[in-house]
Amino acid sequence: MGRRIMYVLAAPLVAVGVALVISSIVLLFAGANPISAYQNIWEFGTRLETLIETLNRATPLYLSGIAVAIGFRMNLFNIGVEGQYVLAAIIAAKVGAEINLPPVLHVTVIIIVAMIVGAFWSGLAGFLKVTRNVHEVISTIMLNAIAVAGVVSYLLSIWDVPDESLDTALPTIPESGWMPSLNGFVEIFTRDIKRVELWGFILVAAAVGVVYHVVINRTRIGFDLRASGENATAAEVSGTDPKRMILTAMVLGGAVAGLVGLPELLGSSHAYNLRFTQQLGFAGIAVALLGRNHAVGVAIGAFVFGWLDRASGVLEVRGDAPREIVSIMQGVIILAAVVAYAVVERKRRAEEAAAAAAATAAALAARQVAADQGGGS
Amino acid sequence: MTSRTSPLPDLTSSYKRLLGTPGPGRTVSWRVWVLGAIGIVLLLSVTQQFAKLETNDLTSSGTWIIALAWSVPILMAGLGGIFSERTGIVNIGLEGMLVLGTWFGAFGTILYGPWWGMVIAAIAGAFGGLLLAVATVTYNVDHIIAGVAINIMAPGIARFLASIHFPERGGSITQSPSITGVSNFSLPFLAGGKIGGWRSPDILGAVEDWDWFFVSDFAGISRGFVSGMSWLTLVAFLIVPASTLLLWKTSFGLRLRSCGENPHAADSLGINVYKYKYYGVVIGGALAGFGGGFLAVQLSGLYREGQTLGKGFIGLATMIFGNWRPVGTALGGLLFGFAETLRLRDPNAAHGLLLLIVIALAILVLRALYQRRTQVAGWLALTGALIFYWYLSTDSVPNQLPRITPNIAVLVVLIFATKRLRMPAADGQPYRKGETG
Repeated sequence: MGRRIMYVLAAPLVAVGVALVISSIVLLFAGANPISAYQNIWEFGTRLETLIETLNRATPLYLSGIAVAIGFRMNLFNIGVEGQYVLAAIIAAKVGAEINLPPVLHVTVIIIVAMIVGAFWSGLAGFLKVTRNVHEVISTIMLNAIAVAGVVSYLLSIWDVPDESLDTALPTIPESGWMPSLNGFVEIFTRDIKRVELWGFILVAAAVGVVYHVVINRTRIGFDLRASGENATAAEVSGTDPKRMILTAMVLGGAVAGLVGLPELLGSSHAYNLRFTQQLGFAGIAVALLGRNHAVGVAIGAFVFGWLDRASGVLEVRGDAPREIVSIMQGVIILAAVVAYAVVERKRRAEEAAAAAAATAAALAARQVAADQGGGS
Repeated sequence: MTSRTSPLPDLTSSYKRLLGTPGPGRTVSWRVWVLGAIGIVLLLSVTQQFAKLETNDLTSSGTWIIALAWSVPILMAGLGGIFSERTGIVNIGLEGMLVLGTWFGAFGTILYGPWWGMVIAAIAGAFGGLLLAVATVTYNVDHIIAGVAINIMAPGIARFLASIHFPERGGSITQSPSITGVSNFSLPFLAGGKIGGWRSPDILGAVEDWDWFFVSDFAGISRGFVSGMSWLTLVAFLIVPASTLLLWKTSFGLRLRSCGENPHAADSLGINVYKYKYYGVVIGGALAGFGGGFLAVQLSGLYREGQTLGKGFIGLATMIFGNWRPVGTALGGLLFGFAETLRLRDPNAAHGLLLLIVIALAILVLRALYQRRTQVAGWLALTGALIFYWYLSTDSVPNQLPRITPNIAVLVVLIFATKRLRMPAADGQPYRKGETG
């Protein structure tokens, strides 16, 4: 048991260690003192406000990671979360601004619309894969560009409302469609929070994580999904329709991807505009890799990435180094993590094989001994 | 032992057997090329005639000069993909390698001028390839995961380095100061190039000015390929036949490809599969780096964050519909370069392009009817009718459409052509010496 935990933890720890070493080299190269830079990051990063910003960042990253992980579980690479969530966000923002409903219902409708749009866009890639055998990596990459540079940009130009700020933005969602902040709840345990608000969508994200874990590990459909990922042929022979599984995984992943833009939309911006956060889809791939597609692992990965994003700002303020070093750190962490996972996995398998061989040999020897004794009496 | 090198000829024939019979359409006769070229020019000039464009941008030499140049980054990414995937390593990281090429190309140009800048860009791309090779070949990481990691890391490296080096040189965190690329040339006589100090007559240019149907269009497009071309563009297009020769006419190429088709068989014939996979991925990275450098140094005149706009992915797609062969990839690159040029030069031409699609679809409908595939013909006719209606009922298309045309084209090609394409048999599969499957 202890050994198993060691195997689970070894890879991420090695990855973070390698990332620290390489980042230190880069910092030295940039003319900064790594130790004091890390001290500054740590000091700034452990403030309550920074931690809340980290959670706000980690929430969409987590959803994005889970969206990717659903596909990964059956060896599908949904690179298209980026397009799925941006498209879902803009359409959900438009629908949310056009309708007028009582508070909880309003938010629910926005969430459902976003999920449907995400599921549709992702489902297109799934449909192309099952009907025309188009590889999902290529189709989702193409659909990303079509969504972001084509459809979203076009919708933004026709739905833009001219206002006093001259900003290109959609109409604002009425207050009944906002999600309340959780500051009051956090303040019970801590102190007053300044400037920042903890977005309420984190609860939805947590619920998604729980549902993901239960569905994948405790239901028929989750079992089929994992089986198709582990051994597609065996799953098919045992009665799983592979085409249906592909479509299901893509649609479910897309539905979760549709949620990625909502923490920001419902929590702070309340309208889709040009400054809406992008690139969360690609970060989600990284987070899913880091968390090994496990509900808790992805959460840790999302927190680490969110924290690096938020805490790194201090580097620039204190004049240590450009904050962009964080992008390098994140890249190194991913690459180091996947390499470390591969190495650890190979080692574990070799050890298991050795253990199995030893056990077999021991059993055979025992049987031999028993047979000898049986013959002797 | 003197017989150390003697078994090679026999081995060569073994590899050939190992690679199997060439796929359909391997050798295309020159007649097909000529007819195809005439057909495309005819299609363009008919569209030009009927679309009543104010400018004759579809067939003018100006358009095609730029189209040729803009196809280079896509083409180089595609060639980079070919080298990598012919050894069996799927390369999603091309986009990241392009990004590395843009930054290092611009920085190298600032320090040492454009030629050295391009060399440095290629080295940077090769470094990206090396990273991918270490992860996928040595550590057996999933190819797509490793490629995604490179795509995440490369913009970070570029931005970090830019924030250190460019602000003090008159640029900013997201942008380099402007740089100048290498010079252009035109062929003498055909396109009015200079011989010494003497300016030769511009024959194709004169014919283009006659403004005759088809003849002038043909001259215009031809002139686009022989005038105002940068020396780097020439280098890029010479790499295409060079790649074909290297991959299909040398033992190095044969060994390299055998690793992508059946690495275990290649190993049994004494090929160091790991080594060839490294070669392929690193060469591919260098080509992609060159493409990125070209984008920054020659096309944009500066490094700008996010300037690759997914060209690495488009390159990957051209590789697929070039059927993992250099010449087909070059044609695909040219198509996308053309689309990109129309977007930059004349958004109205994009509206005329709708008509081009309608005419092309009409031809496909006739072909399908001739082959008695009525259902296909019906779908094509319906699509054509819808696009034709769109063309008639509007004066312009949304300006987002030209930007995403390549992406739609890739999807359409993949939807209809997957059966004709054959990727290297062991592409994307992990390989460990001595382990099967």
